[in-house]
Amino acid sequence: MTTNSHDQDPGENEVTGQPGTFLTRPFAGLGRKVVSWVNHMGAAAIFLGKACIMIFRPKQIPAIIQQIYYIGAKSITIIMLVGFFTGMVLGLQSYHALVKFGAQGALGTLVALSLVRELGPVLTAIMITARAGSAMTAEIGIQRISEQIDALDTMRIDPLKFLISPRIVAAIISFPLLTALFDLVGILGGYVSGVVLLGINAGTYFHRVQSSVEMKDVTDGFIKALVFAVIVTTVCCYQGYFTHMRTDSYGAKSVSLSTTSAVVLSCVLILVSDYIVTSFLI
Amino acid sequence: METPLIEFKDVTKRFGPRTILDKVNLKIYEGQVSTIIGKSGTGKSVLLKHIIGLLSPDEGSVLFRGNHIGSLKKSEWDAYRVQVSYMFQNNALFDSMTVYDNVALPLQQTMNLSKSEIERRVMARIEQTELSEAVYKYPSELSGGMQKRVALSRALVTDPAIVLFDEPTTGQDPIRKNAILAMIAEYQRKLGFTAILVSHEIPDVFFISNRILALYDGKIVFQGTPVELDELEHPFKDEVIQSLEGFQEELTGLYSQRHFKVRYQADLSRKRRDETYAIVLFSLEDLEAISNVLGHTTAQEIIKAMGAYIDKHFGAVGGFSTRHSINEFVTVLPYSDLDEAGRILEDFAKDFQDRGIRDIESVAQKETNSAECIDFTILAGLAQGKPFVEMESIIEFAKFRQEEIARFQCELRR
Repeated sequence: MTTNSHDQDPGENEVTGQPGTFLTRPFAGLGRKVVSWVNHMGAAAIFLGKACIMIFRPKQIPAIIQQIYYIGAKSITIIMLVGFFTGMVLGLQSYHALVKFGAQGALGTLVALSLVRELGPVLTAIMITARAGSAMTAEIGIQRISEQIDALDTMRIDPLKFLISPRIVAAIISFPLLTALFDLVGILGGYVSGVVLLGINAGTYFHRVQSSVEMKDVTDGFIKALVFAVIVTTVCCYQGYFTHMRTDSYGAKSVSLSTTSAVVLSCVLILVSDYIVTSFLI
Repeated sequence: METPLIEFKDVTKRFGPRTILDKVNLKIYEGQVSTIIGKSGTGKSVLLKHIIGLLSPDEGSVLFRGNHIGSLKKSEWDAYRVQVSYMFQNNALFDSMTVYDNVALPLQQTMNLSKSEIERRVMARIEQTELSEAVYKYPSELSGGMQKRVALSRALVTDPAIVLFDEPTTGQDPIRKNAILAMIAEYQRKLGFTAILVSHEIPDVFFISNRILALYDGKIVFQGTPVELDELEHPFKDEVIQSLEGFQEELTGLYSQRHFKVRYQADLSRKRRDETYAIVLFSLEDLEAISNVLGHTTAQEIIKAMGAYIDKHFGAVGGFSTRHSINEFVTVLPYSDLDEAGRILEDFAKDFQDRGIRDIESVAQKETNSAECIDFTILAGLAQGKPFVEMESIIEFAKFRQEEIARFQCELRR
């Protein structure tokens, strides 16, 4: 009897102990992961591209305003809180470092440049991911598993236009504004710890802030914020939109895992892209 | 021969190693109510999703007016999709939107209508589906039945030519179930759309369906009228129909049609050729008008009360009854000749006019809690049966002889 090689049990080689399988198996697994990752990247890029095209379809303005309220306006409190304490701790740590060199007068420079160039965009993006990004994934994921997205399809409403495009526009508008707010409140936090609590001269602090921060620093921070906005909304919406395609879980569990993946992946991509963007801008 | 509106030709659909639809062939005709029946998990919803394009076949083709929908141009596809609406099994309502917004969504997003026109259309549907009190509530604040009606309103708000209903009555009590089916039948008659239902509700769906399509083992094993289904010789009948159709009809508590026929045959087999029996056909006239004025739920309550009254009265003299159609009941008096049956019917008519109508009125008042009122009449026709005559022809004769036996008049109530 002849045996078709395609019908062979995949585990058969292992039983017969062929060394090839033993050696190639780890690479096969790695290869599968890489292929899957590349597939997801491609799918996410197409997802983003289609959603961006849909931005310019009619009847988008009310949905965009609603999302700006949700992603932007409702994040103001948490951004101010985090920004203020980030500025305070930055002022505190930097003061004790600078005082060793007798350079405590440069505190304003250090706080302002750190916030405007780096910490402002990154921490704002991470905080929005935690607050609004996770909610986006969960909401879209639930809409997917409860067939609400299929219902949109049956009503001839493009789900990308209805659910994704307004979120992308709202994030592009909200991220830079919240970053600016974070920077401003952070500088005030640095003032409170450096000037009010540690006794640096207020005029010196604000003079250093004003003289050291250039327009390029501000625009570079905004460019980062825009990049993070696109990354966060794409990752979070993509994870929610395709939550039903997960092979590791179903139903509510898949929404929970998608939300976790969205937050973790967004944070990692924020930091990775931060390095890449900074290396281009610097 | 009439071209089917929708036709499946050798449609096969697989999910992984499982073949859900296996060379399915079916035809759906324009302006009819077609119901796909079958066991749970046999691919009825999958079949429906092929019609609206949520799924596409692995093999075979789905045709719309003879054209393969997979090869339609974008403009043709859009023109086709405008005509099709879908009501999901779990409703798929947007839980962050109010009832009004849910119903208005397809109009707001896909049509260029003024705000006032959208409001007019939405409110008309909301009133028709008895949801006026829930306009600004969220789906989570509504009962399962109300959520179904919101989904129904949303499916009908765009005035579609084809409406797909995926198990529209799942999880409903018998009255709501029949009210929803009656609502679908009524809108189908009024608006003239083609309705395609997926349902388990046997025999309730038979009352509103023009055609039944039986899905069994991934194949369509029967297509035809509910009457033709009775003659089907296939394991489907034993495994599916008999398991789904209970001993009693859920709404009225009367024999289900199948058990009524079994009892009828059993009684008939004990009779000599010259022995006779009587059949009475009752009809509740103006059911549609009752539904329009008092609501579908009240209309079904009235049907239920009427069935119970017939059963109580004729059961006491050895008779047995079933619901024959959406507004008709058939009673067999196996031990009565025509004269005796006439006297029993006269007693019933008197009792019904004196007390039965009052009972029905109280049911209606309890349900509606409003001052709305509508006149309606009950007809009855008597015919003599003989063991060698087909029951359907005796029922036809009884229908021919129907006359008014009771009338509810709003004026008298006042």
